[in-house]
Amino acid sequence: MTEREIIAEFVDVHRHYTMGDNIVRALNGVSMQVARGDYLTIMGRSGSGKSTMLNLLGCLDRPTSGEYRVGNRDVSRLSDDALSDVRGREIGFIFQSFNLIPQLTVLENLEVPLFYQNRVGAESRKKAEYLADRVGLGQRLEHKPLELSGGQQQRVAIARALMNDPLFLLADEATGNLDSNTEAEILDLFDDLRSDGVTIVMVTHNPAVAERADRTLWLKDGEVEKLIENTRQTATVAAGDAAGEQA
Amino acid sequence: MIQGSWRIVRLGLKSLMLHKLRSSLTTAGILFGVASVIAMLAVGEGAKIEALERFRDMGVTNLIARSKKPAESLSNSQQSAWMPIGYGLQFEEADLIAASLPDATVIRIREIKKNMQRGENFRSSIVVGTEADFLEVANMRVREGRWLSNVDNERLANVCVLGATLSRLLFPLENPMGQTILVGDDDRYRVVGVLAEQGRTAGAGSTPYDECMFIPINTSNRRFGVILTNRSGGSFSRERVELHEVKVKMPDSTTVPAGAKILRDLVERQHKDKNDVLVTVPLELLKQEEESKRMFNIVLAVIASISLLVGGIGIMNVMLATVTERTREIGIRRALGAKRKHIIQQFLVESGVLSALGGVVGVALGIVLPFLITIWFDQKTIILPHHVGLAFGISAAVGVVFGIYPAWRAANMDPVDALRHE
Repeated sequence: MTEREIIAEFVDVHRHYTMGDNIVRALNGVSMQVARGDYLTIMGRSGSGKSTMLNLLGCLDRPTSGEYRVGNRDVSRLSDDALSDVRGREIGFIFQSFNLIPQLTVLENLEVPLFYQNRVGAESRKKAEYLADRVGLGQRLEHKPLELSGGQQQRVAIARALMNDPLFLLADEATGNLDSNTEAEILDLFDDLRSDGVTIVMVTHNPAVAERADRTLWLKDGEVEKLIENTRQTATVAAGDAAGEQA
Repeated sequence: MIQGSWRIVRLGLKSLMLHKLRSSLTTAGILFGVASVIAMLAVGEGAKIEALERFRDMGVTNLIARSKKPAESLSNSQQSAWMPIGYGLQFEEADLIAASLPDATVIRIREIKKNMQRGENFRSSIVVGTEADFLEVANMRVREGRWLSNVDNERLANVCVLGATLSRLLFPLENPMGQTILVGDDDRYRVVGVLAEQGRTAGAGSTPYDECMFIPINTSNRRFGVILTNRSGGSFSRERVELHEVKVKMPDSTTVPAGAKILRDLVERQHKDKNDVLVTVPLELLKQEEESKRMFNIVLAVIASISLLVGGIGIMNVMLATVTERTREIGIRRALGAKRKHIIQQFLVESGVLSALGGVVGVALGIVLPFLITIWFDQKTIILPHHVGLAFGISAAVGVVFGIYPAWRAANMDPVDALRHE
């Protein structure tokens, strides 16, 4: 394998919860790496530790032990404020239920991440317009989220995730709430982003989605079960089958 | 920076507009609180100034000893109408008072109700017999002509000075100066002066000085005597009264308490059992009034605080509901990089905007209300700018203070739990 820049890395990460007298070992010594330009999916049955892993990757939670490095920095012991900064600067969140703020327009929603870094102004507006264009919603900047379809809302969410030029996109079942046609469109958009060099980490339970990624990390009982490398070829073919429209 | 703050306020307004009715109702709580605080303070201030003016009219350096008919004599008078009832201050006492208070100016006053006639104009009012110093002690001014002099008194002159209102009533068209007025059946008095309008309630008993006629006290004694006959509504009574009132003007307000004590001692010696002389010290009344105003203000402040407290609780209640409803939004914002302070700021701005809006409208209403109170209830009101500022400031502070806990709760939510919230 050629030398690649590691942008996110788990080193023997444990995450234990105490529930009453029991200790739940949600993650039990997970090590993995995300390189720049990666398209990685994380799969596993429910209870395998997917959500815990997502929360840790997104700096919404801290590991009980072990090290989580984002960029070249250990973030596993950072303060709440510092973690907020890491989320705001390095990570682009995409959620299953879109999670746009209902009372704000598309443009205002896109500006939210930069607002918390005091970067709202003419430049942020230009960037929002550019990204809205890129996801095909350049004419909808003044609309409220509820005036958009599910697929359109998810496009806005993807544009929002790109606003801060994150190290990687972190998607949680990004197509879980969409019908199959819209799902295919969103997955195509991810493919486009990936070919532009955007790093994507996606948690999913849908094999058809996972097959379009470069690699799939399988979790089982809080540990890494296996890491499967999909060749780009098979990924494309599999995606073609799923969407039923690509050769 | 300013642009950023404006943006925060604008977004806060936008969030509040999500629940227009709820926000307006919450705002109304503060609105009425602020309006009632301003209105109450305006009424309180108006009443205070009114009371101060009343006592100032009486003169804050003055002491007043006034004869009054003893209560038990009322029934006696009906049994023996021809036997005059004697009561009140006597000439000798006035001399004694003057001698005991050498630094003070002492004036004697007799008040006799008489019919007055000038041509076709007729009026029944009080003839005040008094002295040259009266003008200074009662703090009054002559508008035209002159005041009564010592010479008038010595010569028992038949001259009079008219109160402004009485002058208008008896001389609606002509200049009263030098004209004569018929008093009672056969006494005629030449007008030598007219007083400036007083507009005060203080006067001869319940009659304002504006409606009185003033003549030299010696003239009053000689013409009317000390036995006074009252005929009113078919009843008939006779009284023997030498002086109706003695006014004492002390040199300054610091000597008032000592002077009051001397005057009270002198009066008590003669009148303790009969209870027919009342000593009034305007300065004491003023102080009592100020004391009771202080209590009134404390009560007012407590009521105002309670109304704003209730408004504040309303805000807190709504903000807690808002925070719960928008848990997910809080999670989203945290995921997108918001720090705890950003969340606190967002909700504090919302509660602040809510109460400040109530404050602004409340101030407007609070300024209008006192005018209506003045028009409808004839109650003097005074709006002081610092009261308005105070009410508005408190309302804004209430919004922030009562917003702190909900905002703190919002900021301390676990982002993971908040995002999972349905």
